[in-house]
Amino acid sequence: MTMELLLVLLVGIFYSAGIFLMLRRSMVKLLLGLLLLGNGANILIFLTGGLTKGKPPIINGIEKTFTDTYADPVPQALILTAIVISFALTAFAIILLKKVYETTGSDDLDSLNIQDLDI
Amino acid sequence: MITNFILAPIIAHMITAILLLFFWQRIAAQRVISIIGNIIAFILCIRLFQATDKFGYLIVQVGSWEAPFGIIFVSDTFSSIMVMLTAIVGLAVGIYSTAALNPSRIKYGYFVVFHFLVMGLLGAFLTGDVFNLYVWFEVVIISSFVLLTLGGKKMQMEGAIKYVTLNMLASVIFLTAIGILYGITGTLNMADLAVKIKGVQNSGLVSVTALLFFAGFGIKSAVFPMYFWLPSSYHTPPSAIAAIFGGLLTKMGIYALIRTFTLIFQPDEFIRNVFLVIAILTLVTGALGTVNKRSIRRLMSYLIVCHIGYLMAGIGIYTEIAVMGVIFYLIHDVIVKSNLLMITGIIQKIRDTIDMTRLGGLYHDYPKLSIIIAIAMFSLVGIPPLSGFWPKIQFFGESLRTGHYVLLAAIIFASFITLYVMIKMWSEVFWKTSPKPLTGEIDRFSQLSVYRKVVLVLPVTALSFVSLYLGLNAGGVYDLAHKTATELMNPDHYINAVLNGNYGK
Repeated sequence: MTMELLLVLLVGIFYSAGIFLMLRRSMVKLLLGLLLLGNGANILIFLTGGLTKGKPPIINGIEKTFTDTYADPVPQALILTAIVISFALTAFAIILLKKVYETTGSDDLDSLNIQDLDI
Repeated sequence: MITNFILAPIIAHMITAILLLFFWQRIAAQRVISIIGNIIAFILCIRLFQATDKFGYLIVQVGSWEAPFGIIFVSDTFSSIMVMLTAIVGLAVGIYSTAALNPSRIKYGYFVVFHFLVMGLLGAFLTGDVFNLYVWFEVVIISSFVLLTLGGKKMQMEGAIKYVTLNMLASVIFLTAIGILYGITGTLNMADLAVKIKGVQNSGLVSVTALLFFAGFGIKSAVFPMYFWLPSSYHTPPSAIAAIFGGLLTKMGIYALIRTFTLIFQPDEFIRNVFLVIAILTLVTGALGTVNKRSIRRLMSYLIVCHIGYLMAGIGIYTEIAVMGVIFYLIHDVIVKSNLLMITGIIQKIRDTIDMTRLGGLYHDYPKLSIIIAIAMFSLVGIPPLSGFWPKIQFFGESLRTGHYVLLAAIIFASFITLYVMIKMWSEVFWKTSPKPLTGEIDRFSQLSVYRKVVLVLPVTALSFVSLYLGLNAGGVYDLAHKTATELMNPDHYINAVLNGNYGK
């Protein structure tokens, strides 16, 4: 029960910190905010999938069916997939930020609107 | 029917993309392989559509894990329509881009990413598993990031920042919604979710999850408060890329929205009202955004937003006839938007600008091409025999019948503004004499070889004729839309097919 409470708090902190960072003008903080949000979502999946301690979902050789309580393996598979995807997205986003910084010479998101001035 | 054939179009695009990787930096080979791959995938998609029409639901359980446990792919009428539209637009844009794109973009893997993007779209349309849908969404958005930034112009980079941020945010919201949904139901299979969600006691949490799904898909399909990334990024990439984005990417969000809100969640009064308000605001703001635009590409961006409003309106009314209108409008819109965005590319080739004030005299110089373009433009408006007219009639009729008068006013307003901007575009670009100081403009189109001219004009002509066909054969499309709407409004068929093996027919 305590573990659940701790994870709930952690998810809340990740989401709020992520959203706060995304609202800043710096592009690097924007990226960090997205990363925190993604990690918050992963832990949320882990939490909502249910925390069961020390019960692997493996049937021993003798029995045919599974009767014991067990830790659900699906959330972990989901999180693993989500981590791999967010890794690729982050790699892309970092390169993009570097290119934007090189072409515009600025880390400030507000300086990006120059192209939008003509109607 | 259980058949592995569903996966064939996805695999065709995947193999093409992998094959293209072996011909890195060889432009001629890339073009040829891409066209061949597109044609094969096109044939497979059409076969899939016919098979779905003939045999009812097609299902494949990947790795033979039975339905609620493994990942499944389902092809019902709605999915197969989307697959067929993807095939048509993919083939047209694929052919168009062999001549429209700069060789340096092709050198650095345009076609590779293009095929991965189309593969992702097909996967998203065919999957029957929520988390798998998320994975296909990610395949699509990461491909679209690469396509959007390919070339590395300053304008593209600035557009990409907004696009990447908002799409990643949408993915996180979608993932959060999946996490909560798994927590309250313990399943990810869409049909199984539809059954189990009815037994959930905590109806407040279900509504919150539904709205989280709506927020995630809403950002991707560019509805009212969340569309700002679209007009500031879609005008930056080349027209071929914009055609596939404008035609299919936002529609993927709408597809996911319709799928979740007809199958998993049955929208209650509150959610329907949210949809209606958002539809009205999307129609009005999108329409107003088009009025003062001089660049055709920016105008198109706002038109994409505006016309998403029609689809939202249909989902918001949520009667069978309204959903029929949505399906018809979706078919019409995918074809005509891709076509118009390819047309902007041709106009840019001819006049070297897409600023309406500096364009003119196109009808005088290219009368036959102008007629073909006119078909596309006036299909979009919905001049009676053309394809935009028929679904709009259904929206008018249904909003009047159900008493949503504000929505009716918004639909009429958006239609009038669309008519106004299309007439403005027609008179500025085609009828007006070319402005004086710019008469010495280079017409890069007439300098092209005959082969490249054909490659540019053929897809546009073909899509114009598809629009014309949809308009003149409205009865056939009505029947198809009616069948789809019946299936969508009675999710029991889908659930039966997936969980009980009762495939219909």
